[in-house]
Amino acid sequence: MTTHDQYYVPEGSKWPIIASSGVLTLLAGIALAINGINGAVAMIIVGLVIMAILFFGWFSEVIHESREGYYNEQVDSSFRQGMMWFIGSEVFFFACFFGSYYYLREITLPYLGGEGHLGKTNMLWEGFKSTWPLLDLPATEGIRGHYIEAKEAMGAWGIPALNTAILLSSGGTLTWAHWGLKNNNRKQLKIGLALTIILGVTFFLLQVKEYGHAYTELHLTLQSGLYGSIFYLLTGFHGFHVVVGAIMLMAIFGRALKGHFSPHNHFAFEAVAWYWHFVDVVWLGLFIFVYWL
Amino acid sequence: MKSIKNKIAGLAGMAGLLLSSEVIAKSKYNLPEPADPIVQQIFDVHMVTSAIATIIMIIVTLIIVYSLIVHRKDKGYVADQNFHKSWFGRWAWLLVPLIVLGIDFSIAKTAHKTMETIYDEHPESDMTVKIIGSQWKWSYEYMDSGIKLTSNLNRDLTPKDEFYLRDVDQPLILPVNTKIRLLHTTTDVLHNWWVPQIAYKVDAIPGYITETRTEILKEGTYRGQCAENCGTGHAFMPIVVKAVSKDEFAKWQEEQVAAAAAAAAEASSDKEWTMEELFAKGKEHYNKTCVACHQANGEGVPGVFPALKGSAKATGDVKVHIQTVLNGVSGTAMAAWKDQLNDLEIAAIITYERNAWGNNTGDVVQPKQVAAER
Amino acid sequence: MSTDIAHEEHHHGPPKGIGRWLFSTNHKDIGTMYLVFALTMLFVGGASAMYIRAELFMPGVQFMEPDFYNNMVTNHALIMVFAVVMPAAAGLANWMIPMMIGAPDMALPRLNNLSFWLLPAAAVMLILSTVVPFLPGGGSAINTGWTLYPPLSIQTGMAMDFAIFTVHILGVSSILASINIVVTILNMRAPGMTLFKMPMFCWAWLFTGLLLIIIAPVLAGGVTMLLFDRHFGTSFFDAAGGGDPVLFQHLFWFFGHPEVYVLLLPSIGVLAMIIPTFARKPLFGYNSLVGGMAILFTLGLVAWAHHQYTVGMAAGPTTWFMIITILISIPVGLMLLNFMMTMWRGAMTFETPMLFAVAIVLMFSFAGVTGIMLAVVPADLEYHDSMFVVAHFHYALIPGALMGLLAAAFYWLPKWTGNMYDERLGKIFFWWNVISFNITFFPQHFYGLAGMPRRIVDYNPAFADLNMISSLGAFAYGLSHLLFLYIVIKTVRGGVKAGNKPWEGAQIGTPGLEWDLSSPPPFHSFTTPPVVK
Ligand code: HEA
Ligand code: HEA
Ligand code: HEC
Ligand code: CUA
Ligand SMILES: [Cu+2]
Repeated sequence: MTTHDQYYVPEGSKWPIIASSGVLTLLAGIALAINGINGAVAMIIVGLVIMAILFFGWFSEVIHESREGYYNEQVDSSFRQGMMWFIGSEVFFFACFFGSYYYLREITLPYLGGEGHLGKTNMLWEGFKSTWPLLDLPATEGIRGHYIEAKEAMGAWGIPALNTAILLSSGGTLTWAHWGLKNNNRKQLKIGLALTIILGVTFFLLQVKEYGHAYTELHLTLQSGLYGSIFYLLTGFHGFHVVVGAIMLMAIFGRALKGHFSPHNHFAFEAVAWYWHFVDVVWLGLFIFVYWL
Repeated sequence: MKSIKNKIAGLAGMAGLLLSSEVIAKSKYNLPEPADPIVQQIFDVHMVTSAIATIIMIIVTLIIVYSLIVHRKDKGYVADQNFHKSWFGRWAWLLVPLIVLGIDFSIAKTAHKTMETIYDEHPESDMTVKIIGSQWKWSYEYMDSGIKLTSNLNRDLTPKDEFYLRDVDQPLILPVNTKIRLLHTTTDVLHNWWVPQIAYKVDAIPGYITETRTEILKEGTYRGQCAENCGTGHAFMPIVVKAVSKDEFAKWQEEQVAAAAAAAAEASSDKEWTMEELFAKGKEHYNKTCVACHQANGEGVPGVFPALKGSAKATGDVKVHIQTVLNGVSGTAMAAWKDQLNDLEIAAIITYERNAWGNNTGDVVQPKQVAAER
Repeated sequence: MSTDIAHEEHHHGPPKGIGRWLFSTNHKDIGTMYLVFALTMLFVGGASAMYIRAELFMPGVQFMEPDFYNNMVTNHALIMVFAVVMPAAAGLANWMIPMMIGAPDMALPRLNNLSFWLLPAAAVMLILSTVVPFLPGGGSAINTGWTLYPPLSIQTGMAMDFAIFTVHILGVSSILASINIVVTILNMRAPGMTLFKMPMFCWAWLFTGLLLIIIAPVLAGGVTMLLFDRHFGTSFFDAAGGGDPVLFQHLFWFFGHPEVYVLLLPSIGVLAMIIPTFARKPLFGYNSLVGGMAILFTLGLVAWAHHQYTVGMAAGPTTWFMIITILISIPVGLMLLNFMMTMWRGAMTFETPMLFAVAIVLMFSFAGVTGIMLAVVPADLEYHDSMFVVAHFHYALIPGALMGLLAAAFYWLPKWTGNMYDERLGKIFFWWNVISFNITFFPQHFYGLAGMPRRIVDYNPAFADLNMISSLGAFAYGLSHLLFLYIVIKTVRGGVKAGNKPWEGAQIGTPGLEWDLSSPPPFHSFTTPPVVK
């Protein structure tokens, strides 16, 4: 049916339509649940199950095709370019949040505090001073309820600095694993991947601990005004990407154990590696701009 | 600026379209006649850019129409396959951008002078008015004399009336030939105080204060309306400005200050009010302040604004009722009224709500009770 | 090349039954689904436009609550932009790009199917958002307009959450579709089909795809923050907690302004195919058109705040945004000049696609010059949020996007179906459509200037006369689309057979490979890549 010198076009696939119905169920479920509609949680669960089956099924199919050798070089390069552009779009997703952070902190907070050409705004918030981290809010009564001011801001040099080291070294171990794969040193590949996963998981656990600390001891929550909002938005979405990346790493690890990937043909490995490095770089930005400066 | 305008206007005239002629300038389908120096400048910029736009359209149309008439196959015209290799074809990529750049430059220059005036950070001013938009009415604070006005849609007009949706119960009174700073803010969502003849737009943003200026040149009544979508009542938020002579304004101002003092004294007096007094006062204020949402019959708008007729809050615990009105319901259109209404007004409105439309609770709420809840 | 031909034919016919569509990985089938979806949604979005125009027919609130009116305005815009123009353009890309560049299919065929099937999911979410307010406890309807500005969008009821998720799904769909198209163009060209030999439509979509990859995530991020403010107590857009409602406007327009070029560029690509064909002479300034699009791409990304001149920005940024916006006239002017100069000294004939092309060049120029008027800050301080803006953008969106897609449909229908459309009906449709379009939207400039704001359900009688003309025009304009539907159905069902290359002048200038295939093309077109000399 297919030959190696032909571009592989699958005959048809049930996965996309399953994906679409999964997304619909999941998101409609969330929309209902956050508005307190009974029973919507069940919809969310159904949606999640569909999505889990979907990812498993879709990727299994692709892995199977890849192992059967359906993919010629051009297909491989389509996958590579596709992944690159996908990461490109992720960059802009985070750019949106970093940009918002910059805008709020550097441009509008000073207005509220009485500086800049809209400084007269301070009339509405007498006594408010623009500081960062923002602990004293302009007001504690907001448009959707009350804000509870945080006691203290996050420090940079405890767990966050450790986490930076962890995540950066996980990037190193991953590259080391990649060298192993390229030199057909399977042992190095497996050890490298295992280390990367361990570091990733450690990072995640420390991050959870850090959240616990912030919530209970610093009283820094989503409701503590702009600082809390920005902090959780950026670290939260980053954390989510770490989880996704770690799951992908585990999948790759599993495949490596099964003997998949050859020194020349290992797109999946590279895709995951790119993704993981991207997550790394985002963290670096976070560490510098959110924790440190 | 004038000379550019005239030159361009002349060109447009030659082309057969008297765009900047007096007729069109005063037409009811153009920007209305300015009554403020900055708006006058804006108007001139508008006429210049319109003229440029018209000329460009004429040129584009002429080229296309000529081509359509001449370069057709059924006329036996044979396509010039090498046209794109002619000198024009070789240089068009540079030539056209240069020409367009030139026009762009002149447009930007036209805009620049007006922008300098508009973005002047330290303009002179003789008085300041703070304009507060709320769903769906305008409140005005004269920062110098402390007078406060609230301006609601005149609901008695029908679509046949000339000033339907353009009339209010209490216009903003301003003196002519006075440099006035207008500060804009809002208590809920975005609004935009737009009276095209006397002031350009700037958004009113909750939590922030933005600024415009006006110096009205002619006595008269100027009308406009809210120009930023603010929800259900966005179409029903007119603005009326009455520009009066400086003397008249001074006199009016004195009267207002005296009346405000009297009202404040009345509200804080220890007087025990009767049901009839409160009900009548309450009805008056309800129909000014609350009617936009909860409607005159107290039935609200299903799904959007709750009915007060028979509502649990308006017939249940008085304290809860007072709290609701004082502090609003956050996250909804129901605003906190404590800064906008005094104790007497709130007491009256609540008494009215608890006894109107068949809510026969018989409760009489005194200003003291409201003060205690603040 | 070692494939045995008989073997191939045996396997490569279209699958039977509904599965052909549900599970499709074929670019032509997916393209067809996109086009059918877009045409269907045109009638839905159009029906809400008809509601708008009926409501505005005369002063007074005629039908439903004001919130319902605003909900219709919101849905109208979201549907027209995201469910009509973008899917239709994606449908054209799906159908044509692989054929033009000699590829066997799209680069990532399964993903292609996913990008399509996410659209119906988004449509269902949008319908839910409209229906929910009518259910008990459903809260208020979406009354914000398509820009979803907070704090109004924070007040709105549960419907807004559905709208936010609609935007998420649409965003994912268009990012995936764009990645696919970009990769197809960069990676799937037949040997010898260099980038600068590509038909211009491919270039246009390359820039469109790149734009979407950049902007769609930003919109997704923005509405995510909105969702958080609504439900999780954050304060991005609330001054009390240190936020700013204007931030949302920046995020929205960082997406929104390039988005208008996303809508425009595919149609520019179509014009660059049609005009040389019917002028029988190569495109004037191929390279400068590509360069113009590149500049448009760049300037478009840094001009967004011209939608927010009235939010009280400082003088510096305001001037920047004004200058950049005005400069956009350079690349767009160059593009339009190239089109005019392609017609110049050509041997033109006026089949329906060409009629549309000529009308588009004229009417879009007009939209462009009113755009420049809006870009001038002082003037925009009067125009902003008035019907003048509505007039500007319908002139931009309908000729600049929708009519380009209609022209494309006429141009390529013979290729898709193998049948010629009825030229006489096509011409009737053209005149009916274009004349009633102008009756609808030309007057809006004037009642806008006279002071009628947009997004209002009811207005002062001073604006009554022109609004009535506008509404009558709109009804005629709306009805004209029924004729379009009829023409399409008639062509699909039969008609004069079209040859491989139904237009004499096609393929002039660029070696578009689509014309080498039969009409309709085989289910799998280029299983082995052709070689372009
Ligand atoms: C296809 C869609 C499309 C396109 C292509 C454009 C193109 C342009 N638009 Fe438009 N616009 C919209 C869709 C579009 N717009 C929409 C939907 C809105 C409203 C959104 C909302 O609020 O809901 C809007 C709103 C909008 C505003 C905000 C108005 C306001 O809310 O106050 C502004 C302001 O600058 C603007 C400007 C421009 C400019 C300068 C161009 C330029 O790209 C035009 C360039 C083209 C030309 C200039 C013509 C050709 C050139 C020549 C013939 C050369 C010579 C010309 C000169 C020297 C002038 N547009
Ligand atoms: C590509 C985008 C696109 C397209 C094609 C259109 C098409 C139309 N638009 Fe739309 N419009 C927008 C994008 C678009 N619009 C946007 C972005 C806004 C801003 C929204 C906001 O403020 O948030 C807007 C807002 C908008 C308004 C302003 C509302 C307001 O501010 O109060 C109006 C009012 O006249 C309007 C009218 C129309 C009309 C009459 C058409 C017509 O062209 C539609 C014609 C098509 C049909 C009608 C096809 C269907 C045919 C039938 C259903 C057959 C039956 C016909 C009859 C019963 C007559 N539109
Ligand atoms: C801008 C619209 C608006 C205006 C003006 C307004 N309200 Fe309300 N009101 C609301 C909304 C919306 C609610 C529902 C809040 C909720 O969801 O609980 C509400 C709720 C109430 C309730 C509670 C009803 C119940 O049973 O839950 C009372 C009492 C009330 N308003 C009184 C007033 C009074 C008194 C005024 C005038 C001084 C007023 N409102 C002006 C929008 C408005
Ligand atoms: Cu207030 Cu619109
Ligand atoms: Cu724009």
